Amino acid sequence: MFGKLSWSAIPINEPIDMIASGLMILAVLGVLAWVTVKGYWPYLWREWLTSVDHKRIGVMYVALALVMLLRGFTDAVMMRLQQAVSVGPDAGYLPPEHYNQIFSAHGTIMIFFMAMPFVIGLMNFAVPLQLGIRDVAFPTLNSVSLWLTASGILLTNMSLVVGEFARTGWLAYPPLSELKYSPGVGVDYYLWALQISGVGTLLSGINLATTILKMRAPGMSYMRMPVFCWTSLASNLLIIAAFPVLTATFAMLLLDRYLGMHFFTADGDGNPMMYVNLIWVWGHPEVYILILPCFGVFSEVVSTFSGKPLFGYRSMVAATMAICILSFIVWLHHFFTMGAGANVNGFFGVMTMIIAVPTGVKVYNWLFTMYGGRVRFHAPILWSVGFMVTFVIGGMTGVLLAVPPADFILHNSLFLIAHFHNVIIGGVVFGVLAGYMYWFPKAFGFTLDEGWGKVSFWCWFVGFYLAFMPLYYLGMLGMTRRLQHYDNPGWQPWLIVAAVGVAFILAGILALIIQLVVSIRTRERRRDRTGDPWQGRTLEWSTPSPPPAWNFAVLPQVEREDAYWHMKRRAREERIAAAEALAYAPIHMPLNSPTGFVTAFFAVVTGFALIWHIWWLVILGLVGALITTLVFAWRDESEFEIAADELARVDRAHHQAYWVGGTP
Amino acid sequence: MADTTQEHTHGGDTAPGDSREELLSSLKAYVIGLALAIILTATSFWAAGTHVLWQPGVPIGLAVLAVAQMGVHLVFFLHITTGPDNTNNVLALAFGVLIVFLVVAGSLWIMANLSANMMPLEMMDLHHQR
Repeated sequence: MFGKLSWSAIPINEPIDMIASGLMILAVLGVLAWVTVKGYWPYLWREWLTSVDHKRIGVMYVALALVMLLRGFTDAVMMRLQQAVSVGPDAGYLPPEHYNQIFSAHGTIMIFFMAMPFVIGLMNFAVPLQLGIRDVAFPTLNSVSLWLTASGILLTNMSLVVGEFARTGWLAYPPLSELKYSPGVGVDYYLWALQISGVGTLLSGINLATTILKMRAPGMSYMRMPVFCWTSLASNLLIIAAFPVLTATFAMLLLDRYLGMHFFTADGDGNPMMYVNLIWVWGHPEVYILILPCFGVFSEVVSTFSGKPLFGYRSMVAATMAICILSFIVWLHHFFTMGAGANVNGFFGVMTMIIAVPTGVKVYNWLFTMYGGRVRFHAPILWSVGFMVTFVIGGMTGVLLAVPPADFILHNSLFLIAHFHNVIIGGVVFGVLAGYMYWFPKAFGFTLDEGWGKVSFWCWFVGFYLAFMPLYYLGMLGMTRRLQHYDNPGWQPWLIVAAVGVAFILAGILALIIQLVVSIRTRERRRDRTGDPWQGRTLEWSTPSPPPAWNFAVLPQVEREDAYWHMKRRAREERIAAAEALAYAPIHMPLNSPTGFVTAFFAVVTGFALIWHIWWLVILGLVGALITTLVFAWRDESEFEIAADELARVDRAHHQAYWVGGTP
Repeated sequence: MADTTQEHTHGGDTAPGDSREELLSSLKAYVIGLALAIILTATSFWAAGTHVLWQPGVPIGLAVLAVAQMGVHLVFFLHITTGPDNTNNVLALAFGVLIVFLVVAGSLWIMANLSANMMPLEMMDLHHQR
């Protein structure tokens, strides 16, 4: 009846597991109870859970990512504490099988459920606003993508309470991840969670790429698009090209595990090396999927806060698209040591070094943008400057690792761990946090507290160096990754320094939370009435904060790049007169739809049933998902009309606030 | 769907960039495409089974028919044309072909190189990995 599921799946004998899952369940129940007591359910359901508004979907993506940042960071703290004490006779407090689950969960969560939703959330929020349009190409599909990502997150977190998570590392290499060596449900949780959220990511990529290619405001030609839109386009093209490879690879591993096939098994003519090859065909573009939108954020932030157009816009676009293609010709550098000959290793080593060139072009462009500008040091640009310093170091260690002979010595060591945290924290995390602080006033109508933002930055910045520079050194001393216990007492001082670094990062995360709470409490004082708190240059700042559901009452006419900056340069009388004279026509907007939420519910049911081999429930879940799709396909009403009067009222009020009460 | 351009305010359920007339003419294109696809498929089956043809030429003929089939799909079903408003689709196709080529050719090269350089997996004692 219940397949492999029984009461023994609850880890009742493991205190750390039980405390963690108990706290998690309490937190979830607490939030649910609070929402129920306050009577927020109808509001939440109507305005958020069923929303197809790209801005709200973006905000929900970012909220998911922030919560998962806490979850993934907890794993990081546990690993650092374990390694700080588990030397010689001391075994530490985490048993090996638990430690293995933790490093697997940390990697999986941070990449798939923190960085990806954060980046996709920022793109969802900002791209349509920057393009001067009212929504993405497929609004309901957007909601489906969001909720499928949430399904994957839910399944991963369920593994904490019911069953176990993979102990195989974040990419689940076979033959270890095959049934023979991992008979438990951990790898199944991993695979199904990522399959489901992977579908969401792919749909989101198709959606955003279509939006950028097909739905720009009148006059917004490719070479007038803000750089963030360009990097988003590149990132989404990479999603479309790379995620099917991930899905197919996981599907083959699932066939091995469920139907006894031999794609990647060590026996029966399977080839585990093929899995490693395929997973990195996805894996290397994936890191550019994450970093390219962050490059876009930095471009916007640097240009805005320097009060100058971006230096070398065309070279920036060219560099972005060059990275987009080159990122598909470097994947072998993740497995130089697997046994390929010198010609193969040499080719991929050289390609890896070449990809550093367009990235270097970008760094110089940001520096030259700041040079001669009047830089205003708000929190977003602190993250950007911190990024430039940190990312260059990470990039250089990356070029070092791209030299195959060096990689033979350093691979699988903490040097590698230090390198990729160097580029992912220094690049992606700093980037998404810069974007979060930059666009927060646009999303919610009030600015975030500057002081706490700066505290957070400095804690993260210092914490990063303390936590990961010792790892470079330990890697050169020969300490390998994923050690639950080690015998060399000489390593311990460095690991203690790393643990102190993690304490600093914890302070940075706490500062982020305090910043949010303080800003919400003092929101009346920090209202952004003009819609343009940073003297922005792109179209999102021409809307009120928060923007109305339709973003633009009348679609803007784009005449050159940095469109909004040049609109503002025209005389204010001209603008007010223009607003009075505008002909407002009624517009159609998509109706909210519970399709995404309901689909995700059935996806979770199906995934859970597949993990535990509860076959009747699998069928039930799939039929439910099919019916949901059919109901959506046969809907009668998909749009509602917004009257011209309403548009005119909101739009004119914004113009009044901007030109009478505002800054310029 | 949100309207993006003012001309399309009353467009109804069309994909971005498409208009009603294009939809009607595309119905005709689908029928022609279907007919061509069926003819090409039937010819392939006939060529594979018959003894009328010179046998060594059959595989080449099948390859030619397969390429023609791809062309028919691209033109009639995926609407790849050389028109000026079709640049996106042509570029997307080129990007897709490039990536597939890189992935397939790269994987073949890498895997062939690995198997030439390594001893067969059966000879490794994997049971000691537990």
